Amino acid sequence: MHLEYFQLIDRIVELSLDDQKIRVEALVPKTSTVFEGHFPGYPLMPGVLLIETMAQTSGWLIIAKTRFERMPFLAAVKGAKLRRFVTPGEQLSVQASLLHEGSGFAVTSASIKAGDQAVCDAEITFRVMAFPSDDFRAQMQATAERLVFPMGAIVNG
Amino acid sequence: MSSTFETVANIIAETGDIPHEKIKPESHAIDDLGIDSLDFLDIAFAIDKAFGIKLPLEEWTQEVSDGKATTEQYFVLKNLCARIDDLVAAKGA
Repeated sequence: MHLEYFQLIDRIVELSLDDQKIRVEALVPKTSTVFEGHFPGYPLMPGVLLIETMAQTSGWLIIAKTRFERMPFLAAVKGAKLRRFVTPGEQLSVQASLLHEGSGFAVTSASIKAGDQAVCDAEITFRVMAFPSDDFRAQMQATAERLVFPMGAIVNG
Repeated sequence: MSSTFETVANIIAETGDIPHEKIKPESHAIDDLGIDSLDFLDIAFAIDKAFGIKLPLEEWTQEVSDGKATTEQYFVLKNLCARIDDLVAAKGA
């Protein structure tokens, strides 16, 4: 994770188009300017960033489903529950499954665990549309490489 | 048709928090009921699930943008229900 750059996931560990599921790893950094304000002397991973982490994880699943043809944009977050504090240095496992792929939108169910402890969960809706530009798409493909996106899963899936 | 309308009306009432008595077959989802595009995603999700279909929202939106169709054709509820019935029938064909 690199909170200041909204790089909230580190590596895609599992991706299955058959099961419509994804799992990623995310290590909360030990230091970040974010923790200077949230909170002074009591650093906690902000809940909104945990929600963003679930959204980014869901997003990669949707990108995989569309085979890098379309980009999901966050539209709604429902029933978000932040079940426990997350502190610097914690290793998180983030999972998402596709609940529905509609015309121009998609809905996922996502959750985060730390070890075997539930951290948070939500149902997330995305607008799904063509990439606004080729450059943007190329940037996402470069990011996918950094995340060890399993291209084989979308070729064979 | 009436059962399709009842299902759709229930979805709109629940998802859009709109009084049931306001929802009529002649109602325009956007102009009369004030449903915005984000709320309509929720409604489309519920309709897709309830009927086992995929409302072709992008295609409809494109047709309206291109001037090939009017919003009334898709978003007046009786017309929407007729489209749903067509999609359900096509699924079973």
